Amino acid sequence: MSGQEQSGGPLLQVEDLRVAFVQYERGLRRRVVEAVRGMDLVVGAGEVVALIGASGAGKSLLGQAVLGVLPPNAVSSGSVRHHGRPLDDAARRRLAGREVVLLPQGVSALDPTASVGAQVRRSAVLAGRAAPRTAAATALTGRGLDPSVARRYPHELSGGMARRVIGAMAAMGRPSVVIADEPTPGLHPAAVAEALGGLRRLADDGAGVLLITHELRGALTVADRVMVCERGRTVDEAAVADFTGDGSRLVHPYTRALWRALPGHGFTAPTIGGR
Amino acid sequence: MLTTPVARTALRLARVVSLLVAVVVGSFWLMAASPVDPVQAYVGADVAAIGPEQREQIAERWGLDDPPLERFAAWAGNVLTGDLGESQIFGEPVAVVLADRAAASLALMATAWVLSGVLGFALGVLAGVRAGTVVDRVLSWWAYLLASAPTFWVGLLLLYLFSVSLGWTPVGGAVPSGTLPGEATVGERLHHLLLPAATLSLVGVSPVLLHTRQAVVEAMASDHVAFARAQGERGWGLVLHRVLRNAAGPAVVLQFATIGELFGGSLLAEQVFTYPGLGEATTQAALRQDVPLLLGIAMVTALVVLVGNAVGRVLGRVVDPRAAVLAA
Repeated sequence: MSGQEQSGGPLLQVEDLRVAFVQYERGLRRRVVEAVRGMDLVVGAGEVVALIGASGAGKSLLGQAVLGVLPPNAVSSGSVRHHGRPLDDAARRRLAGREVVLLPQGVSALDPTASVGAQVRRSAVLAGRAAPRTAAATALTGRGLDPSVARRYPHELSGGMARRVIGAMAAMGRPSVVIADEPTPGLHPAAVAEALGGLRRLADDGAGVLLITHELRGALTVADRVMVCERGRTVDEAAVADFTGDGSRLVHPYTRALWRALPGHGFTAPTIGGR
Repeated sequence: MLTTPVARTALRLARVVSLLVAVVVGSFWLMAASPVDPVQAYVGADVAAIGPEQREQIAERWGLDDPPLERFAAWAGNVLTGDLGESQIFGEPVAVVLADRAAASLALMATAWVLSGVLGFALGVLAGVRAGTVVDRVLSWWAYLLASAPTFWVGLLLLYLFSVSLGWTPVGGAVPSGTLPGEATVGERLHHLLLPAATLSLVGVSPVLLHTRQAVVEAMASDHVAFARAQGERGWGLVLHRVLRNAAGPAVVLQFATIGELFGGSLLAEQVFTYPGLGEATTQAALRQDVPLLLGIAMVTALVVLVGNAVGRVLGRVVDPRAAVLAA
């Protein structure tokens, strides 16, 4: 994990994050669209924090902002701190791939035209490992993959093998913060359990894990805390234990609506606009 | 059904042969239907000086009075024994004319092909990486402009600018006028090659540029580039490691597939620059009803196009491993 034991603050802290996109209508009129309008969250070492919200709520943008990889036409404000130290865009990009990593799941995260070995070695180089070739080989065998996998191309991997390769690449920088963005879309239950179990193990080994997802049920099986976001804002923080029964222990109406929308929780159609 | 390599190769060969037959039959039919009188085209301005008897003699010697089917059968029979016939306008065996002209055209077409490929790919990558910026817009507009500009027109513009106005390049020919081809120096040959090659390269750049740009834009928006960025990859390192090979597959296949267009382009460019290559011989053969020469050229061109496509397919598979799966 992070070499120096800093006590300046929580592992990862995001405060009042805002992301806006500058668009040009018909080439001339400038329009600013606010996609993220105030998000706050804290991820401590050893915990899994789930960021829950509907598609388009701006969850993924938070991950991109923390990694400093927002699209070029995006403007962000607010603060991102690592161990209490504020990070500007350049500092975020410096930490990306080393201290803070993204953990995608699908095989599409791998370059289809490069061999597995070449990609894992490149990750080792980017993570600043002294002997990239050895580091890559060790990372693959450490995840139970045969050395011959290094010569394969992504389309020759099974889904499970691809996830292990990506895991090896993400862990190359010995990260303290892991951001998993929608790790379980369209996976069968066993693969979901494997993916989420992997996140839990990362946290148990001391990393802080931010799980970005819209699948509340799966998130509740591994998360320590749940942040709920709605239309670009984090609106609620709830304990996992409060997601029970008909959701009466959940304070925020949106969080309760999300819980009740799952089968078997006393679903009632929400009134849009509210009365 | 056709899963064994032998069966697939046999099928490919059958396709090649049937295509060649179709090309020569089509070319012959067009020539037979042409209103141009071969004898008049052959004799040219001296047509008034010869009488009807002499015309008859020429026509008989060339077998022009035989029915077209008979003439074609005679030609095809000779081709099967390896004899391509004799060119009527050059008075030499077609094989010799083809070899001479192809050698002259090879330098021109190879230069244009390599230049347009390299330049088109490099500029396409630049435009794709900088998509939406001024650089991208200028390059895209330039490509669209050239894609819609006829080769001969671009050639005429360059000729006007560099040969007529500035006087930097010769107006035409492969060697200085008054010099025998064997006596010209390498420098003089290159000097004469410059403008035709530049014309063909300029026009050839646009398809590669536009296709490469599109492939790069798609790659830049892909999940694997997003992951690479999150891993700390950026700038030209990102392009070199994660984008270039994704874009190279389409570019390689396209560049080999456009060999056919290069033939068409060289035909026009050689006409504008009076460059004595294969293209110029094609124009002569078509305008003066030199059937054996034109059929020979048609066969050679078709073969080169087929070989180009096959090589492009194989190289495309080497560059992009996914293509091998799709093709199998």
